[in-house]
Amino acid sequence: MSTQESYVTEDGRTIGPTVMEMKNITLRFGGVKAITDISFDIREGEIRAIIGPNGAGKSSMLNVISGFYVPQEGEVWYKGKKRPPMKPYQVAEQGIARTFQNIALFEGMTVLDNVMTGRIRQMNAGLFSQAIWKGKAEQEEIENREFVEKIIDFLEIQHIRKTPVGRLPYGLKKRVELARALAAEPSILLLDEPMAGMNVEEKEDMSRFILDMNDEFGTTIALIEHDMGVVMDLSDRVVVMDYGKKIGDGTPDEVRSNQAVIDAYLGVSHD
Amino acid sequence: MPEQLVFAMEVFLNGLMAGVLYALVALGFVLIYKASGIFNFAQGVMALFAAMTLVGIQKGQVPFAHLINAMLGTHIHHFGWHIHSFIAILLTVGVMILLAWAVQKVVFKHLVGQEPIILFMATIGLAYFLEGFADLMWNSEIKKLDVCMTANACLPQGINIPIDEFTYGIFGYGFFIDNLDITATIVAIILVAALVIFSQYTKQGRAMRAVADDHQAALSVGISLNFIWVLVWSVAGFVALVAGIMWGAKSGVQFSLSLIALKALPVLMLGGFTSIPGAIVGGLIIGVGEKLFEFAIGPMVGGATENWFAYVLALIFLVFRPQGLFGEKIIERV
Repeated sequence: MSTQESYVTEDGRTIGPTVMEMKNITLRFGGVKAITDISFDIREGEIRAIIGPNGAGKSSMLNVISGFYVPQEGEVWYKGKKRPPMKPYQVAEQGIARTFQNIALFEGMTVLDNVMTGRIRQMNAGLFSQAIWKGKAEQEEIENREFVEKIIDFLEIQHIRKTPVGRLPYGLKKRVELARALAAEPSILLLDEPMAGMNVEEKEDMSRFILDMNDEFGTTIALIEHDMGVVMDLSDRVVVMDYGKKIGDGTPDEVRSNQAVIDAYLGVSHD
Repeated sequence: MPEQLVFAMEVFLNGLMAGVLYALVALGFVLIYKASGIFNFAQGVMALFAAMTLVGIQKGQVPFAHLINAMLGTHIHHFGWHIHSFIAILLTVGVMILLAWAVQKVVFKHLVGQEPIILFMATIGLAYFLEGFADLMWNSEIKKLDVCMTANACLPQGINIPIDEFTYGIFGYGFFIDNLDITATIVAIILVAALVIFSQYTKQGRAMRAVADDHQAALSVGISLNFIWVLVWSVAGFVALVAGIMWGAKSGVQFSLSLIALKALPVLMLGGFTSIPGAIVGGLIIGVGEKLFEFAIGPMVGGATENWFAYVLALIFLVFRPQGLFGEKIIERV
C-alpha cells in the first residue's frame, strides 16, 4: 500500500497524495466479467499507466473511471469522497477529462471551437447575459479564449486553428482531442491509447507532449497503452491487467521483473 | 418593358415572401434534426399550438374551459381581461419551453438510442396528441390573431403603399406586396441572425453544435445531452411561435395551420435536413418556383399548380441529389 505523503521524483516532480482510488471494482456485461475485483490508486501529479494485452479490460476500466460504465461491485473514491453512480457529463464536471481510442471530436467544428468546448466547465454566465452578449459573458469568453490559445500554442497546432477537424489527418486529430481534454484543466486526465495507430515520429511527439503536460501544468495523467516500451519510459507507476484481473502494480522496473507480467506478455505454455 | 415581364417581377417578389414563411417552418425541423436526429413531424402542430396559446392568453381565455364546465357545470369562458401582446408573447414562450421540457421528460428521454423510425413515429403520436390537447385547452374555433404593441401599432396588413407608388412610377404598374409579408421577412432575417449568433458565440450554442456533431464526445467534455435537447426543443418551439404568428395573422388561427408542416417537407428535401442556410434557400426556391410556375405554366394546365409543384420539384431532387443542395453528402464506407 502506498503512503499518503508527498515525495519528489528523480527528475524533480512532486507526487502528491492519492486523488482517486478504485476499490474492488467488478464490471460484468451479462455473464461476461470484463473486470474482476480490481483495486488501485492514482496519486496527484503522477503519470499512471494501465497496460495489458488486448482484451484485458483496460478500456473498460477507463470507462468506469469516466462514468461511461457503472460497475456492479466496488467503489470509486475521488478526492477523499466516495463517488455515487454518475452520468459521464457529471464526471466531466468534476474535473475528469478524457480522450478516446477511436477519437471523438466534433468533426464539423473548427479546431479552435473544439478546444473551446473543453472550457464549458469554466463558463457559467447566465443564458440571458449570453443572449445580449454583455458583461460577464463577454469577459468570460475572452478569458477562456486566451487560455485556449495557450493550450493550442503548447500542443503546436496554431497553424490549423481555423480548420474544420474533419479535414485533419489522424495524428493531428489525436492532438486536437488532447488539447480539448487539457483545456478543461482537469484534475485527472484519462488517455485511452494515445499512441494507437501512430508512426514512430508521431509517437515520440505524443510522448513529449504527455511528459511536458505533466511537468508544466502538473496534470495528473492516467493512460492506457498496450505498447510496453512507450509506457515504461513515460510512467511513474504501472497497473498490469490480464483477462480482467490485476496481475501487477508498481514502478516500471518492478513490473518488468514480475513473472506474471512476463508470462502474460510473452505467453506461457499451460501444460 | 413588356407587360408580362413586369407581372413576372411582381410574382417573383411575392414568391420570395411566401418562401420566407416556408423557410421559417423548415428551420424548426432542421434545428431538432441536427441536434438529435429526430425528424419532428409535430413541428407544424407546434406552430398551431403556439398561435392558439398566444391568442388564448391575449384574449384572457380560460384554459380547458369546456372540460371545466362539463365537469363542474359552470359557464366560464373568459377571465374578462386582455393581456398586452408583448407580455402574451413572453408567456407563450414560457409555455413552449414547458412543452419542450415535458416532451423530453415524458417521451424522448425513454427513447434514447432507438432507431430513427421509432423516434419519427413518436413525433407523429406527439403531433396528434398536441393537436387534441390544443383543441381541449383553447377550443377549436377559428381565431383571429392580432399582435399589437399599442392600439394603433399592430402587425401591418394590406398593400404596401410606398412600393405600390414606387413601382407605378417606374413601370406604370403598381406591385401588390402585402405589408405582412414584408414584416415576416424582416422578422425572419432577425430570427436567423439571432440563431446564428447564438450558436456561434455562446457556450450553449457551442454545446448545441457539439451535441449535433458527436454525443459521446459531448458527454466527455461535460455537456448534459438532456439539457441540450430541452434547449433545442425550446428554440424550435420559439421558431414555431414566430411561424405561427406570421401564418396565423395571414390566414387565421385554425387547424389548417398545422398542415404548413407538409409544405416544409419539399423545402427540406431541397435544402438538406441538416443545413440552416439550406432551409432558407430551399424555402425561397420553393416559394418563387411555385408562384412563377403558376404564373407561366398554370394557365395552360388549368391552374392550381401550387398544390403539387413543390412536391414534384422535391421528387426531382430526390432522384438527382438526395442529400439536398446543402446537406452533408452521404458517403458509405465499405
